[in-house]
Formats: sequence, structure tokens, C-alpha cells
Amino acid sequence: MADAHAEAVHHHTAPTGFIRKYIFSLDHKVIGKQYYFLALASVFVGIILSVLMRWHMVWPGAHMPLLEKLSPNGAPGGVMTPEYYLSLMTMHGTLMVFFVLTTAPQSGFGNYILPIQLGAEDMAFPTLNMLSFWTTFVGFVVLLSTFFITDGPPLSGWTAYPPLSAIGTAAGPGEGMGQTLWIVSIAIFCLGSLLGSLNFIATTLDLRARGLTLSRLPLTAWAWLITAVLMLLSFAVLLAAGVLLLLDRLGGTSFFIPAGLVVSDQIIPHSGGSPLLWQHLFWFFGHPEVYIAILPGMGMTSHIISTFSRKPIFGYKAMVYAMMAIGFLGFMVWGHHMFLSGMSPYSGFAFSMMTMAIGVPSAIKTFNWLGTLWGGRLRMTSAMLFSIGFVSLFVSGGLSGLFLAQPPVDVPLHATYFVVGHFHLVMGVAAIFGMFAGTFFWFPKMFGRMLNETLGKIHFWITFVGVYCIFMPMHFLGVAGNIRRYSQFTEVDFLNTPHIIDLHMFMSYAAFITAGAQLIFVVNLFWSMFKGGKASENPWEATTLEWTIPSPPPFDNFAGKHPVVYHGAYEFGVPGAEKDFIMQDSPEIVPAE
Amino acid sequence: MGLEMATVLTPPRLTTPPGSDSTGGNGSGFGRRGYGGYGGRDYRDWSVPAQTYRTGMWMALVAIVMLFASFTSALIVRKGGSSDWAAIALPRILYFNTLILLASSVAFEISRRALGAGRASQFKIWLKVTSILGVAFIGGQLVAWRELASHGVYLSTNPSSSFFYLLTAAHGLHLLGGVIALCYLVGQAPRLAAGLKKRVAVDVTALYWHFMDGLWIYLLLLLTVRL
Repeated sequence: MADAHAEAVHHHTAPTGFIRKYIFSLDHKVIGKQYYFLALASVFVGIILSVLMRWHMVWPGAHMPLLEKLSPNGAPGGVMTPEYYLSLMTMHGTLMVFFVLTTAPQSGFGNYILPIQLGAEDMAFPTLNMLSFWTTFVGFVVLLSTFFITDGPPLSGWTAYPPLSAIGTAAGPGEGMGQTLWIVSIAIFCLGSLLGSLNFIATTLDLRARGLTLSRLPLTAWAWLITAVLMLLSFAVLLAAGVLLLLDRLGGTSFFIPAGLVVSDQIIPHSGGSPLLWQHLFWFFGHPEVYIAILPGMGMTSHIISTFSRKPIFGYKAMVYAMMAIGFLGFMVWGHHMFLSGMSPYSGFAFSMMTMAIGVPSAIKTFNWLGTLWGGRLRMTSAMLFSIGFVSLFVSGGLSGLFLAQPPVDVPLHATYFVVGHFHLVMGVAAIFGMFAGTFFWFPKMFGRMLNETLGKIHFWITFVGVYCIFMPMHFLGVAGNIRRYSQFTEVDFLNTPHIIDLHMFMSYAAFITAGAQLIFVVNLFWSMFKGGKASENPWEATTLEWTIPSPPPFDNFAGKHPVVYHGAYEFGVPGAEKDFIMQDSPEIVPAE
Repeated sequence: MGLEMATVLTPPRLTTPPGSDSTGGNGSGFGRRGYGGYGGRDYRDWSVPAQTYRTGMWMALVAIVMLFASFTSALIVRKGGSSDWAAIALPRILYFNTLILLASSVAFEISRRALGAGRASQFKIWLKVTSILGVAFIGGQLVAWRELASHGVYLSTNPSSSFFYLLTAAHGLHLLGGVIALCYLVGQAPRLAAGLKKRVAVDVTALYWHFMDGLWIYLLLLLTVRL
């Protein structure tokens, strides 16, 4: 064995120049960190936008001098216009969905961890990998550039429904250059995601270590693989839709713009297009997109809960099949975003049934997480807390999904805060908790140092209670008829009651505190990067291949060796084994009882 | 146990015959450099089994299928739900272009046969023929555009013309990518012919090229039936 390994050692030289090492790097570990920090920058901007929105909602006349500097038109005299509120909402949604939820869990952690978990030296196509990141980065820059043009960012929401998004400046500020740049940014993002996803799939299928059969694959790797398939199938559709929308705006075509449309007393010179066509194309992408955001979090949660319960994951195969079922059904349910569009009741019924069917694999996953926790010797690390928080938020947000899956309930609730509360909990914050869990779990591997656990737990509790305080009341507001997308409620009689306004005030304060608490995480992250305690090779006593190599890993991961896998990913507490965990590459044979 | 460890060096899922250096994993255990990295321009000599390139190309084709499926469904919805659709007459040259594209696929196969038989010069010549036919196809498509434009049919004239320009442009751009890949292969031809290095590049380019061929036949049918 020693001989075999000695022969296998083949040292690859790491690049030495700064640019090839840190900027245009081909190393999947550097690219993973680049994605992670891109998402961190995006989430920073996204949170500031949400704070501004919540601020404006409860103090509509508040003066924000800095905002006036950024956009003299959007905030004349420092007071946000309703249109600018919508612009901020659009940018908040776009940044969060595309550049945070799609970027960090999949491309960030996936890039860093997946090849190592597979026992590979790098992704299948390193050059393509670098291109994916820099393409995504260009998309990010193009999107942010809309803040600095005269009309400001678009105001058509992250869903960019035409005709609003298709007819140009007649539709309002931001709908000129801002909307065009938005579409270009998203199209670029689509390209980057497609390149990234095919790389993930090829890597997982073809570069697994010897012995690493699909049934021994960590659930994280499964989640990244299934997510990559969803990305491959859905982003091409969004790209097509984006091209059509761009042609409507710039090429004079009428794919989405209906005939005889009158806007601001002007007839729009287009004919016969179908705004609903956009909705179908968009949501055919859009629904799988929410699973693209959440599936990696599910994988990480499974992985982390098993590790810190010191128990094999409950129902490994069921977990895999459930993820596949969620991915598959995710392509069948886009119509539930369009119940308000006047679709045939038969279609509505079909979409409704398919949507509720997703409750089955989701429940399987939830019960399996609880089954894993049950009777485990729990180690309540920060990563574990965030994983349990993920389960909590996924359940809380998922339950309201069962309400919204039914057209008769969805129709009155769809344009209200009920939906905002639902998707923020189930897909937004839950996925964010998955990212926090992943950060606490893999930070030692990525940076060779430990994050501070005390700060981590303080951060967890404030954030956990905080997000419930922000998003739970939204359900009550929705049932009370509080329409979403309004920039203020004081001018709407039935909303301008003390109950509603006070509840908004409560949510705003909760949002400010929760947003502020994220600074604890940022401080922890950057302080620990340089000053944290040194991490050992396997600080969590976990089993997968990334914990068999030094923290941080060398340039070529396994120093030229080819790991061999003998065990499944979750062999904790095996009776008769030497320790309470068996590494995947351990040749240990546990005698059958 | 011992037996298993002795095979540690063999990378997973080999499909290539012994003697091919595309068996490499990263080639390290065999004391040579796999494919030689990325044409030797890459600082990193990480290379992967040939199968990986095929998987990657198939995945790219899946994405392209989804792109054109979206355009197709848009076309069907747009045509079915509107009253402003006016059919356009397809330029005759499209059928000629189709023949050129089919010929290019045949040329590519002749080229690959030559490579397999070790006839290096023929390999390169037919590769060149393939790319010239590819460029000729794209030129022919541009002629078709000019012909429509000369009749006053532009992108925004009618939804059917919008789809015509959209689909031909999208296909043409993809084919242009194939032409660039072919030019790369022509440049690499001596190396490809001299050894087995990088032959998978020829395979995946052929896969892509034939797929673009089939895609064009599909689009032509769609345009003929629907426009």
C-alpha cells in the first residue's frame, strides 16, 4: 500500500503569480471562495435594500440624504418615491434570488467541497469553471450598474412581467436602460449557470474516486448533482425568455406585448403578443429555481445533522429519492404561480395537485431529519443549530405552501404579504440558514481556522428569533388583506389602522435588529479567518473525504494520491467499530454481528 | 485487500482501450501527462478521463435542447393565440443550405475515418472542407436574410418573421461556435494525427456538429410547417 501511494505521488505546482492564484484561478477551491464572497457582497447590498424598504414602509416621509446622493430622481429631497421603492424591491429580489441563493449554496460550497468529497483533484473542466465565475461576476456588475444610471434600476420585480418590462420608458422610471441592463445581466447569469452546472454533472458522474459508488455519495454531493440538473434544464429556458424580451424591447418584435395597449394615453405600436407566454416561460424556470436555492441547503442539513447526531442519516435512500422527486415535480408546478392569470380551472386543479404532491417528499425529508436527531448524541455546534433552524424554517414556510397550492385560497392571498412571508421563510431564510450551517461546518476546511462558536450561537439565536418576528406576522397581514408591493400603507384606508401599522412597525424593528445581528457573523468570519484557532484535519469527527486531507487542503487536494472509498458517507456509531465514526476511505472492516 | 490496493492507481470507469493515454485519470501514476493539460497552455496538468468530455458535451446539448424547446413552445403559443400571424415565404436557398450542412457532416465523418486509419493529411483536408462548408452554410443563411429583407420582411415585420430571424440566428450562432472548434482542430491536426492525444476533442466536436445538423433539420421542418 505504501509503495502504491509513493508511486502515485505526483506533485503539481501551484501557480505563483497573484493573478493566476487569486483572480483568474483555475483552482476549484479559489473559485468556490470567489463565488462565496460574491454572494456575501450581494447579500450585503440586498439586506441594505430591505432595511431601506422596511424603513420607508413605516416612516414614509423619512429623509435619507445618502439615498438622494445615489439617486436624485428616486429620492428627491431624500424621500423615497413609490417608484424607487419598487426599484429597490426589484433589485433586492434579483440580487437575493440569483446572486445569493443560486450562487453561494451551489456554486460556492459546491465548487469548494464537491471535488474533494468525490476524491478528485479539481472540477472536470477547470477553465470552464473559471469562465463560469467570471461570467457570473460580469452579470453582477451589470446588474449593480443600474443603480448609477439616471433612471435607476428597473421596477418590474425579479419576475419582470411584460408588458411592464417590455415597453420601455413609457412604463415608468427604470424601465428604459435599467430594464435592458437587467435582462442583459440575467442572460449573462444564465450562461454562467449553464456552464457551471454541466461542469458539476460531468464531475460527479465521471470523477468519483474508486469505490465511491452512487450509494456511498454524501447527500451534499447528491444535492449538488440534482441541483445542477435543475439548473441545466431551467436556466436555458430563462435565457430563451430573456432573449425574446430583449427583442421586444430593442428589436421591435411583439412576442409579449399585446395589441392595442395604451400606456399614459399613448398607444404602444405592437401587436398580438402574449404577456402570459412570458409568465409560462419565466415560471418554468422560476419554480425549479426555488429548488435550486433550497436543495443544496437540504444536502448540507442532512450531512450536518447526521454528523452532529453521531448517527447515520435516517433513510439515506429515501433522502436521495425525495430530492429527485422534489426536483422532478419542481418542473410540473410552475402554473401555481399563475393562478391569478385566469387559467382553466382544470389546469389549475392539475397544478394544484402536483404542487401538493411535493409535500410528500418534503415530509419524508423532514421526518428523516427528525429521525436522525431522535436518540442521537447531539453536539450542539453552531453548524448543528443552523441546520436544525433550517428544518424549522423549511417546515414553517412549507406549511403555508399547502395553503397557497390551492387556487381558491391562493386567489385572495396571492397579491398579499402571505406569499411574501411564505417564500421568505421556505426558500429565502431557510436557504440562508443552510449557508450559515455550511459556513460553520466547512470554514475550518476552507480557511484552516475555527469560527468562534460563542459568537456563532449568539448570531444564531438573534437571527432565528428575528426572522420569525419578521416573516410570521406577514401571514396575518396577508389574511387581513395587506397588499404586497405597496410602498406605504398610510394612504390606504383599510390598511391605515393601528393594528396593521403597529405590526409593520414591529416587523421593521425586528428587521433592523436581525440585519444588525448579521454584523456578528461578518466580524466572526473575518476575525476568524486570520485570528481563529487552528483547525485540525477533522475537527468535527466527520467521515467524508474532505476531512482526510489537511485544513486548508493543498493545491491539488490529495497531493497526487487517489483516495479509495470503502464505506458509505454516514457510518457513525457502527457497533464493533474502533471509533464512533468510520472514515469513508478507512480500510477498516467491521465484523458483522 | 492487497489486490484491491494494487489497483489504486487505475482511475475510475475506464472506457478507453489500453495504450490510449486518455486513460490517465490525471495520468500521474503512469509517469506521463495525460492529455498534456490544455494544449500545454495551462499551468495545471489536471486532465480527466475522455468520457468526461463526452458527458460535458451531452450536458451542453441538453441545455441547447431546452433553449430551442423554449423557442418552439413560444412559437406555438404565439401563433395559436393571436390573429396577427401572417405566414412568410421561406427563401429557396434554405434548402440548398441544408444540403451544404449535410455535406459538411459527411465531410467530418470522412475526416474522422481518415484519422482512425492514420491518414494524417486527409484528416486535415477533410476537416478543412467541413469548416469551409460550415462557413458556407452560415453565408447561405445570411443570403436568405438578405433575400427576405429585400422583400421588406424584417425582424419586427410579423411574428412569423420574428421567429424566422430568431431561430436562424440562434442556430447560426451555435454553428459558428462549432466552426471555431473546427478551426482549433485544424490547427491541432498534426498533433491529433501523430498520437492519440486529445482525440476526444474530435469526437465531441463531431457530436456537436452532427447535433447542429439535426437541429437545423428540425428547425427547417418547424419553419416549413408552422410559419
